[in-house]
Amino acid sequence: MENMMQPWPWYISGPLIAFIMAILILVGKSFGMSSNLRTLCSIGGAGKLSDFFRFDWRAQKWNLIVALGAIIGGYLAHNFLSGDTSVLINQNSIEALEQLGIQDGSDAYMPSLLFGLEALSNVKSLALLLVGGFLVGFGARYAGGCTSGHAISGLSNLQLPSLIAVIGFFAGGLLMVHFIFPLIF
Amino acid sequence: MRSFIYLVIGIFFGIVMFKSEAASWFRIYEMFRFDSFHMYGIIGSALFLGISFTQWVKKSKMESFFGEKIRIEPKKKSFLRYAIGGTIFGLGWGLAGACPGPMYTLIGAGFWTILVVLFGAVLGTFVYGLLKNKLPH
Repeated sequence: MENMMQPWPWYISGPLIAFIMAILILVGKSFGMSSNLRTLCSIGGAGKLSDFFRFDWRAQKWNLIVALGAIIGGYLAHNFLSGDTSVLINQNSIEALEQLGIQDGSDAYMPSLLFGLEALSNVKSLALLLVGGFLVGFGARYAGGCTSGHAISGLSNLQLPSLIAVIGFFAGGLLMVHFIFPLIF
Repeated sequence: MRSFIYLVIGIFFGIVMFKSEAASWFRIYEMFRFDSFHMYGIIGSALFLGISFTQWVKKSKMESFFGEKIRIEPKKKSFLRYAIGGTIFGLGWGLAGACPGPMYTLIGAGFWTILVVLFGAVLGTFVYGLLKNKLPH
């Protein structure tokens, strides 16, 4: 029980993610979290503006329920399955973050500059969060999937398109962290 | 009953995302700096088992728990949409430090500012839908 309250190591977490994908396949569904964003657009009436959103979203209700579960799971994990939620990242990363002006590496789960409540009254932080989210949403639908759909499900099915997408994920992430971060932070 | 199963799967997924720290912005930053094996270990071990499982299911031609045929759809063949879309996604993943699954998890964990990211992601999806036919795929 005490171990469960600690952060879970990769060799526990990775297999559990594979297990989640496997269960979804065994109940006749698939593991892909970004599809929910499209479903939300359809529910909001986006079908009036683009046929991309004109589909029977009720057939995707199961995935919204999974997302709802993920919200509940996040609540339970944070409030009942965690002690100290500081994420102990590598010292090199901590130092690189300090140079960018992010001082709470290894002291928190999320950087307060972007995710603390004070970020809500900071125009720059809000803009970065909004742009980050926009790129995730736009890119996921353009590529036809996100980390769960391509990096886990697609690669598990040995799909070349997923390999191209995952290489893109890393190209974009490396570009952001190494070249764009020094310009925006 | 089925809805209950999906809910339980989701809850379990949310717990794993939070406890593995895959939902932490710091872990994503560290991953893109190659400063830790943690995220690579998670993705790598998930893939090792995921590939074994998926290939086994395809060979066995088994049915789902509900007696339906299991279909694992292949991805449509193309290059540009995956390369461009993937890179755009990666830029956002590096900046927001969260992909869609962890976004839901972080709402539950009480990081309210993630709602701004989620709003951005829905907006990005919406704009993609508007521009879809004008983009190279």
